[in-house]
Amino acid sequence: MRIDCPICGLRDRREFYYQGAASMLARPAPGTGVDVWDDYLHLRDNPAGALEELWHHDAGCGSWLVVTRDTRTHEISKVALAADTKQAMGALS
Amino acid sequence: MRFSGLRVLREGLTGNKGWTPHWRDPEPKAEYDAIIIGGGGHGLSTAYYLAKKHGLTNIAVLEKGYLGGGNVGRNTTIVRANYGMEGNSQFYSHSLKLWEGLEQDLNYNAMMSQRGVLMLCHSDGQRDAFARRGNMMAAQGDDAELLSAQSVRQMLPYLDFENTRFPIYGGLLHRRGGTARHDAVAWGYARGADQRGVDLIQQCEVTGIDIENGVVKGVQTTRGAIRAKKVGVVVAGRSSQVAAMAGMRLPIESHVLQAFVTEGLKPVIDHVISFGMGHFYISQSDKGGLVFGGDLDFYSSYAARGNMPMMEHVMEAGMTLMPMIGKAKVLRSWGGIMDMTPDGSPIIDKTETKGLFINCGWCYGGFKAVPGSGDAFAHLMATGEHHTAAAAYRLDRFRIGAGLMDEEATGSQHNLH
Ligand SMILES: Cc1cc2nc3c(=O)[nH]c(=O)nc-3n(C[C@H](O)[C@H](O)[C@H](O)COP(=O)(O)OP(=O)(O)OC[C@H]3O[C@@H](n4cnc5c(N)ncnc54)[C@H](O)[C@@H]3O)c2cc1C
Ligand SMILES: [Zn+2]
Repeated sequence: MRIDCPICGLRDRREFYYQGAASMLARPAPGTGVDVWDDYLHLRDNPAGALEELWHHDAGCGSWLVVTRDTRTHEISKVALAADTKQAMGALS
Repeated sequence: MRFSGLRVLREGLTGNKGWTPHWRDPEPKAEYDAIIIGGGGHGLSTAYYLAKKHGLTNIAVLEKGYLGGGNVGRNTTIVRANYGMEGNSQFYSHSLKLWEGLEQDLNYNAMMSQRGVLMLCHSDGQRDAFARRGNMMAAQGDDAELLSAQSVRQMLPYLDFENTRFPIYGGLLHRRGGTARHDAVAWGYARGADQRGVDLIQQCEVTGIDIENGVVKGVQTTRGAIRAKKVGVVVAGRSSQVAAMAGMRLPIESHVLQAFVTEGLKPVIDHVISFGMGHFYISQSDKGGLVFGGDLDFYSSYAARGNMPMMEHVMEAGMTLMPMIGKAKVLRSWGGIMDMTPDGSPIIDKTETKGLFINCGWCYGGFKAVPGSGDAFAHLMATGEHHTAAAAYRLDRFRIGAGLMDEEATGSQHNLH
């Protein structure tokens, strides 16, 4: 598996650290209550198919990336900088 | 049909023509008292104990593929009860006791082999932790022996003791642990359940769960709708998807774990050896192949095949521990999809839907759990009460933050287990 880092280009999967579903970028506000935090911290959609997830290019440029990957085939359809995704989320809310 | 030495002899002399299928192939009925979704080890053992211990025989196991085609036939067959962690330890102890009487109970040869499981330690701290674990195991009536480096050296002279990174300080030996023939475990439970009237229905995928006013009514399948008052979900790596049919989200990510087998060799490895620091464990099968594995791939996956980086990592770890295996040729490797919980421990619980039960999150260690899990889940489904051995396996332990069962002490975070 190779990931096309927007800054470094196509790199071996071993340069990256996996953090899980990118839903983690949508961090709830403090004091939102137990259920919201439980959902955020523990529950997962866990689809067999396209999933947006966070990868850290720790042996490269150090960026956090949002990688859209098919969990059945490992085919990657999109890679974006997490910073950009986060900014777009901020613009929306 | 009962198996016995005499029967084997008679069949051998008459061309083995008298053997019959081990279970029926019935059509699904319109309604059952209970339905088990998933014909893996846990589903089959649940059905068996529901029928045997609770007299519930109007039940069906629905399997989308074939019985035993999932993880129950894909694992590295290790059976052990050396957890030493409150809540988990008692459960695996219970499960191991069931394993010890399993073949007699099922009248089926599961090739249960209590060859001993040795966990190696590589630092003072790890040795102390093993001493504590061994004490807990001994205190609850199980077996554990702390071995010095010298004793390990006598037992397994072929290990690399002077390894610069992980020199071997000793080990925790659990003699009652070992391996069992995984397919036979599924077949034995299937046969036992079938003999007690359970309908085992293969090629029957559950595609929906029918719920009315918070009460389960039955399931939709590729072979039509089937009604039932009770439904148990036991689908290993597919738990999230089946739970989603009931509107549930689970604390689960699916990850792949690989296994490797070499060509058949003469007997060289007598025990199960685990090298936790290097993420490697190994045993030798009865056919002579070295069976070994390592870590998860650590990212979500539904591809039942491995990846090269982890393969390389496992081979390196094996070579580090026992350079002698370097010339053995790897014949096969494969992967299985496992549902990983944030704390690495399973879930056996009721759900918010009345009559709907879930048994999931067995992570990389659920084969040894097959008898205990079936027993506990059957108990829960039949009586509505948690079995004492599995009472800690609650679904809400993440939400309430109490009773996390964190095997690896890495916290409640998915990608660390
Ligand atoms: C490589 C590897 C090595 C392992 N090594 C060990 C080990 O040494 N010791 C140990 O204790 N554990 C080990 N494990 C873990 C263990 O194999 C699993 O935890 C355990 O087998 C899971 O339970 P099961 O047997 O019921 O699952 P499965 O056999 O996978 O059963 C689940 C069944 O549900 C069916 N299903 C799914 N969705 C549906 C649906 N919608 N409708 C109908 N049926 C459905 C599937 O087809 C499958 O047959 C290992 C796992 C792997 C992958
Ligand atoms: Zn980069």
